Amino acid sequence: MIWNTDYECLDRTGLSRHQGERLGRLIDVLYRRVPFYRKKMDAGGVKPRDIQGIDDIVRLPFTTKEEMREVYPYGLLAVSQQEIVEIHTSSGTTGTPVVDAYTAGDIEVWAEVMARTLSAGGTGRHDIVQNAYGYGLFTGGLGVHYGARRIGATVIPISGGNTKRQLALMRDFKSTILACTPSYSLYLAEAAREEGLDPARLGLKAGFFGAEPWSESMRGEIQQQFGVLAIDIYGLTEIIGPGVAMECEHQKGLHINEDHFYPEIIDPSSGTVLPDGQKGELVITTLTKDGTPVLRYRTRDITYLDRATCACGRTTARMHRVLGRTDDMLIIRGVNVFPSQIEEVILKVKGIEPHYQLIVERRNQLDELEVQVEMNESLFSDEIRNLERIEKTIEADLYATLNIHTKVRLVEPKSIARSEGKAKRIIDKRQL
Amino acid sequence: MSVKQISVFLENKKGRLAEVAKTLSHEKINIRALSLADTADFGVLRIIVDNPDRSLTVLKTHGFVAQVTEVIAVEVEDRPGGLSRILEVLDQDNVNVEYMYAYVEKSRENAIVICRIDDRERALQILEKNGIATLSAEALKAL
Repeated sequence: MIWNTDYECLDRTGLSRHQGERLGRLIDVLYRRVPFYRKKMDAGGVKPRDIQGIDDIVRLPFTTKEEMREVYPYGLLAVSQQEIVEIHTSSGTTGTPVVDAYTAGDIEVWAEVMARTLSAGGTGRHDIVQNAYGYGLFTGGLGVHYGARRIGATVIPISGGNTKRQLALMRDFKSTILACTPSYSLYLAEAAREEGLDPARLGLKAGFFGAEPWSESMRGEIQQQFGVLAIDIYGLTEIIGPGVAMECEHQKGLHINEDHFYPEIIDPSSGTVLPDGQKGELVITTLTKDGTPVLRYRTRDITYLDRATCACGRTTARMHRVLGRTDDMLIIRGVNVFPSQIEEVILKVKGIEPHYQLIVERRNQLDELEVQVEMNESLFSDEIRNLERIEKTIEADLYATLNIHTKVRLVEPKSIARSEGKAKRIIDKRQL
Repeated sequence: MSVKQISVFLENKKGRLAEVAKTLSHEKINIRALSLADTADFGVLRIIVDNPDRSLTVLKTHGFVAQVTEVIAVEVEDRPGGLSRILEVLDQDNVNVEYMYAYVEKSRENAIVICRIDDRERALQILEKNGIATLSAEALKAL
């Protein structure tokens, strides 16, 4: 189902014109009202009058996550605070969170793009949407909520976790749509079987999965276990939350809601825009956002674009499912984890060597992070319980910082490979 | 009197214990007694050797994390009730044994029990008071 044929199926010429107009308006506002962007544009020698069409976007400066953090909390606001009706932030686990402040109009746009997202997987007003994304500052929960409301579907706002209850409600209310992280869906399937329920007979028809990297094989698994259409959805707090892009029933790449979010693929080292089909870093500009618009945001997600019309009839550019990241950020069970955070925690423990390794595996459909730390003279004890205490202490410290459970393993000295250049800290064994 | 035990950190993977044994054998160091405590991740090897100081140096130069731990070596009659008596004595005075292991000397009638006790001095006094002999490093080496 296509929610908004006017825009989702707009011919490419019309779409470009629309994008150019919106970009011009955006630049005017940013230059006048957001000192952060005025400074950047001045530094780059570009004035609002230089932007005559969407192709001129390449003259504009990029925005990075670090810059967005530096202007926390209100530095990106393009309207007065009283026009803001809702604020979301990124988890802030790496330090300062990134703020997404929405005007009433922004929430309307969010509901619109999420209605498109849910429709693309077949959600209609008769459906019962079990929303197992976390509600709160995290954009996943409310994003899906607004979209389902816009469609007129019934939302069960159960939020994340509480697996037994998820299953009970799914069975009792006969949920037809599931929204959660892909790994959690498989955990639900497993829990269902343990309770003697066949996940395929729960009555679900589609699921909307995002917020962490996943693979085609995992999709196959989810589809088979639940007997659903498993739709990949993409979004990020820096832009709007979920609703940036979604697959349609053909599952041939994620349609970017291009009338609101303008995509570019760049070479991450040079910043040069790459042609369609070539892999690079995804960059997004919010064309219609009023509260906290973002210019050429560097997502650090690696993908490529295809602007050919899809079999579904949508003309919007499609991005391939995210292939990787330009930095070494790890996404563990939907939580962003940076090796630098782990390093910080480990190195605070007295006597720990600055050599460590992170091993990520997916066991029973859940991500597991093992942190290997080298044993040394000052840590060593002939008593097992003292050594176990070291492991437990670091695990507790990591949990306090990252909010995820890790497994700390003491290893022999020099057993972690040393590197002369950039250390290879991460071994990701997940088959994505 | 206390004796020196060598404790070595070992990752719980194939061949690590063999590596320690090989390292010591190259230096002609004899392992008199050993015990291995382990978890799923790692183990701690505790050994009584004929030359603890040399063993420590050798193991460290081979990259092992090792340390000297002072333990008590007690002679125990190699018959039913031998060990029980010592534990009773220590228990009466609330001395906690962290771990222990035993070995039997082929040339002697008594077994030797190695005890790791936090409050070593007090344990030694209690044992002495109860007429239980502890072995010195020299005595142990001479066996």
